[in-house]
Amino acid sequence: MLKLEKRPSPSVMWSRATPVLAVALTMVAGGIMFAVLGKNPFEAIRTIFWDPLFGEFAFYLRGQLLVKAGPLILIAVGLSLGFRAGIWNIGAEGQYIMGAICGAALGLAVFPTENRLIFPAMVVAGALGGWAWAMIPAVLKTRFNTNEILVSLMLVYVAQTVLAMASTGFLRNPEGMGFPGSRNFSGYAAARNGFLWEGAGLHWGGVMALATVVAAYVLLQRHMLGFQIKLSGQAPRAARYAGVQPDRLVMLCMGVAGALAGMAGLFEVTGPAGQISIDFNSGYGFTAIIVAFLGRLNPVGILFAGLLMALTYIGGEMASTNLGLPSAAIQAFQGMLLFFLLACDLLTNFRIRLAKKGEAR
Amino acid sequence: MKRRHLLATAALGLSMAFGGAAMAQDKTKACFVYVGPIGDGGWTYQHHQGALDVQKAFGDKVEIAWQENVPEGADAERVLTQMALGGCNIIFTTSFGYMDATNAVAAKFPNVKFEHATGFKREHPNVSTYNARFYEGRAVQGTIAGRMTKSNKIGYIGSFPIPEVVMGINSYYLHAKKVNPNVELTVVWAFTWFDPAKEADAAKAMIEQGVDVIASHTDSTAPLAEAAKAGGKVIGFGQASDMSEYKPSPRVSSIIDNWGPYYVKRVGALMDGSYQQADAWEGIAGGEVLIGDITEAVPAEVKAEAEKLRDDIAAGTYHPFTGPIKKQDGSDWLAEGATAPDGDLLGMNFYVEGITGDIPK
Amino acid sequence: MFGGIDPALLIASLMVASVPILLAAVGELVVEKAGVLNLGVEGMMIMGAICGFITAVETGSPTLGFLGGAAGGAALSLLFAALTQVMQANQVASGLALTLFGLGLSSLLGQNYVGIKPPHTGAVPFGPLADIPFLGRVVFGHDPFVYLSIIAVAAVWAFLKFSRGGLILRAVGESHDAAHALGYKVVRIRMLAIMFGGAMAGLGGAYLSLVRVPQWVDGITAGAGWIALAIVVFASWKPWRALLGAWLFGGITVLQLNLQAAQVGIPVEYLSMSPYLITILVLVLMSSGRGKAALNAPACLGQNFHAAR
Repeated sequence: MLKLEKRPSPSVMWSRATPVLAVALTMVAGGIMFAVLGKNPFEAIRTIFWDPLFGEFAFYLRGQLLVKAGPLILIAVGLSLGFRAGIWNIGAEGQYIMGAICGAALGLAVFPTENRLIFPAMVVAGALGGWAWAMIPAVLKTRFNTNEILVSLMLVYVAQTVLAMASTGFLRNPEGMGFPGSRNFSGYAAARNGFLWEGAGLHWGGVMALATVVAAYVLLQRHMLGFQIKLSGQAPRAARYAGVQPDRLVMLCMGVAGALAGMAGLFEVTGPAGQISIDFNSGYGFTAIIVAFLGRLNPVGILFAGLLMALTYIGGEMASTNLGLPSAAIQAFQGMLLFFLLACDLLTNFRIRLAKKGEAR
Repeated sequence: MKRRHLLATAALGLSMAFGGAAMAQDKTKACFVYVGPIGDGGWTYQHHQGALDVQKAFGDKVEIAWQENVPEGADAERVLTQMALGGCNIIFTTSFGYMDATNAVAAKFPNVKFEHATGFKREHPNVSTYNARFYEGRAVQGTIAGRMTKSNKIGYIGSFPIPEVVMGINSYYLHAKKVNPNVELTVVWAFTWFDPAKEADAAKAMIEQGVDVIASHTDSTAPLAEAAKAGGKVIGFGQASDMSEYKPSPRVSSIIDNWGPYYVKRVGALMDGSYQQADAWEGIAGGEVLIGDITEAVPAEVKAEAEKLRDDIAAGTYHPFTGPIKKQDGSDWLAEGATAPDGDLLGMNFYVEGITGDIPK
Repeated sequence: MFGGIDPALLIASLMVASVPILLAAVGELVVEKAGVLNLGVEGMMIMGAICGFITAVETGSPTLGFLGGAAGGAALSLLFAALTQVMQANQVASGLALTLFGLGLSSLLGQNYVGIKPPHTGAVPFGPLADIPFLGRVVFGHDPFVYLSIIAVAAVWAFLKFSRGGLILRAVGESHDAAHALGYKVVRIRMLAIMFGGAMAGLGGAYLSLVRVPQWVDGITAGAGWIALAIVVFASWKPWRALLGAWLFGGITVLQLNLQAAQVGIPVEYLSMSPYLITILVLVLMSSGRGKAALNAPACLGQNFHAAR
């Protein structure tokens, strides 16, 4: 019989080695799935993991990795603070949408004025939009003790309807011949979130994501607030004795997560997406929850988790077009990767021992 | 700008290399970008059938590739670029939301042809647009609906309030009214393209209000299944695909999106060198809109009337929007004998006279 | 009659509309009562939808189809159980991964089943009872699963409240260490609860693909699993309140479509967000009234258990 034995502290060696092990296991299991679907497994795996980084078109795709990972990281870092403190904001998708709408509305209101301050102001408006949307569950929780999981999730659907209203109504491009969708920001220099230098793949959203990772790392390691967050999650009662005000913490964590999600939405809508449209949101807010946990709620971990997620998206797309793999197979493959990553974490926290016969369980 | 230049140069070199290879193998690569999964049984499914028709028509001479589930936001541009880099000679982007991304990528790859469905922007010589005159099919459905209704209440399940849908509602209503002046139209907006359970609920709500003919602008068969439960009292139409499994009733006819002829024509033209930029908007005449078999549940004289309308539209002797037609607010739209200009139709954001209720803003 | 809407028809349709979310919510409620948070409801539902559909089409029997759906959901949940209970993986992330995997796998399985009509599931024959005015339509005009979903609520309620098994399950959810100390097999109980939740979600999914829609299309659940999760929270882990929540949510969804169809002059866009807003509002009213009573979550919810000895 195998027996698990909890390590006194997580193994550093295994915490670095498990992701590699998990990816290797996924390659084997995914390869089998691809073979069953009648595709060459080696080619498929190479297309997903190798080609985006070192293949023929890597010059383009490496940049795109940052584009895809940026919003995931930005949102996930924000969420991770709340998750650590035991505050369950699962409505980042709604905050992302509302941030994009608020920021875009500001930009569209002043169109076509050219001014250096427009873009920064839009970023602030985006952050405020996301923050305000997150404040609804936060205030309801602190005032009325309403569960934030339900409220934040329900507000995602409300935000989606507001988005539909915005793109068919109040933000619709007046020159769009009645079609849904706002003006495209790619034609509006003052409000465009372009690449910082040509071919970079890095836009302001990516910069912000990296800055947030650093800031969150410092906060959690060095700052009193970081300590309070960790303490509230691990021992709520002790946290109270230590002088943590739970309501303040809820407002703060929800607010930060909402503002970051709103900002991510704004960077996306003015950059890669280009415009407000009925479904410009690509589910980043939900995927970011996975990224946050995959990164073990640790800012640096989230950075890598976001990049890995982005890699499977982009590599998966390539496998799909080049090899004719159904996109459902890619989804299942991503699911497998997550399973293996989560399962292999076992080795970080536990030792596996061979139990002697007759030993009490 | 420099980035564009860089990419364009790289692309040029690549597409030349690929062009050379294509010459040697005498193979044209046609690529398709889908907004949903092929298994949606509706919009994307029908586009994919068209893609398969291309393969069938040219056999070894073409290679087809596709990508499912591409969100209409930030991801579209990347997927298009990957396809262009990957050697696609012609790329069909099959949803309205890809409009700006299609034009942006087309600028970087002047040697690749882009075909965008249902849009109006052709900013570069290598971008064409195509669409189908679904409102012609709605005219036929309206005629059947007006004749078949016993309660004089007919219904329409709308997805989002966009010109394409409003156009369909107007055409459906006008032709029902023409054969049955007492007819009243009920519109229910689902605010989704795809949510089978909600579509079923919408159909049910209308049936409970006494509606006995239902047309839908969402993709699933759920409204037909709901109609079937009413025990023969309610009829409906197949949408996007034939939905022949509900023959002979409640499905009494259907509008089938038939993209195959257009795809075969365009890829063929590219292969024999006669390809030119185009703005195609074909309907029943061009074979893109097929009227599915009108079943025996419809009396022979109604069937004959509907088929005559279909043939008149196909022959070009009748336009479904022929004046005099007033707008809902009573103002004039089309004078006696005038037909609607395409521009009016493409941006249609008003109901015609006689429809009650407002278009959501 | 108000606004031209017949209340009997409205109640009858809301009962049907809420069956999938109710089945899934009751299952998840048991899982969470055992202290496990499985966010993979959407994935298990859609696996149930496709497995049920395939079984029904291949065998021609809707009954076998529903069993197949339950089996499909349970099989997927077993994966979650293995990850969280054996491998000690994080529950939130495992649940989300389960949804991702379920959506992909169901689509792969369903490739050859698009555009097929499944065998028909009939209404329960109540004979003359169905002709009683009002009551006949509301109470006696449904397919078996409408009744089954209500029976499931009652059964879960009775199980949790009166049976020894229910007591143990709740004990495991409130304090796994204490339950373990008392000699209960925490992991085994949780695995059973997870599988029950999977089977119920699968049943809810099969109801969608076999009765509600009835057809197989990719992504058929369209977010119903998330709503089911929200209903459990709404119900503050009480079975009858889950029924209330599901009917409330389903009722407002149906009502807003009915109001549109009856051409009541409320702007459509506000109607279409009303189910979500009203659910929030009702929860606020319920949770503010009795202060702490609303905080009914099982104490060990979402925490993994590892027996040190």
